[in-house]
Amino acid sequence: MRTLTRLALILWSAAALAAVAFAGLFWFTSGGPPTPAIGGPFRLKSQTGEMIDSAALKGRPYAIFFGFTHCPEVCPTTMVDMAALMAKLGPAAKDFKIYFVSVDPERDTPEVLRNYLSSFEPHVVGLTGTPDEIAKVAKEFRVYYRKTPLDGGDYTMDHSAFVYLMGKDGGFRNVIGYQEKPDRALEKLKSLLEKG
Amino acid sequence: MKTVLKTACAALLLAGAIGSAHAGDISLEHPWSRATPAGAPVGAGYVTLKNAGAAPDKLISATAPDVAGKVEVHQMTMDGGVMKMRPINGLEIPAGKSVELKPGGYHIMFMQLKKPLVAGETVKGTLSFEKAGAVPVEFKIEAIGAGAGGMPGHKGH
Repeated sequence: MRTLTRLALILWSAAALAAVAFAGLFWFTSGGPPTPAIGGPFRLKSQTGEMIDSAALKGRPYAIFFGFTHCPEVCPTTMVDMAALMAKLGPAAKDFKIYFVSVDPERDTPEVLRNYLSSFEPHVVGLTGTPDEIAKVAKEFRVYYRKTPLDGGDYTMDHSAFVYLMGKDGGFRNVIGYQEKPDRALEKLKSLLEKG
Repeated sequence: MKTVLKTACAALLLAGAIGSAHAGDISLEHPWSRATPAGAPVGAGYVTLKNAGAAPDKLISATAPDVAGKVEVHQMTMDGGVMKMRPINGLEIPAGKSVELKPGGYHIMFMQLKKPLVAGETVKGTLSFEKAGAVPVEFKIEAIGAGAGGMPGHKGH
């Protein structure tokens, strides 16, 4: 079982890396925007109960991150880092949204997300849905996640910790890794905002 | 002057020896935590565990009854961009060595939080070691972004 799980993880990671590499390759060879190897249509519920349809996001670049509220470190620090980057970008990022998709929809209801993300407003929008909806969007974004049981019936989640930067056409543009240097992350965001 | 210094050093060493006697050979350095987002059910604590003894010791459990219903010792790893977190069954501190609990690695996991962790306040608890027994600890709660990659000032933790 462990071996299988590990194999699945390796395959998923490889798939995600291959997708990023492919997108990068396409970028270099075509000189144009990459194909949307990462990303796809989604329709999920926001923390205010509003349905967010990716089709309605066309025309505006955005960032998307997959996390959960029972996450002690990667999720809050990533959100804090992103908030700091937004502050640095100032007015240029006024309407920029960072979608926080919960990989733990069983516990992360819109109400839970609303409370949690109130610490990171105004750029972060929480998204949740049914387990099937989350599985679909995670697959589209090549995001790995898996429930891991803890003692006493509790559980935690393994999950990919990338921030994906998506262009105004909904296509993948770039990725900010966990604890990436702020200057590099800032350059990526600037490029996204300038070029769409 | 030299003698004064020597005496002072000896006094400090003696004080250190007496201070650590309470916790056997284990001392805790810079225990800190991070403020939690509103309603967050979990938080993390970090500390450097120093073992001055000639024998290894093991951190076996932790408590923080004022703030957490349950406390565990966890290890976080990044594997191909995937964050994984696992409870660990005892954290060994080799003889004469230090083990640092820090972001991206080992941490004390505060679960079932009873209240948010607020910057400037502290989390009082105990760390229990196989040999040194229960050692009281007070984690200083720092800003919500403390220890994050993009935030300066905590690279040293």
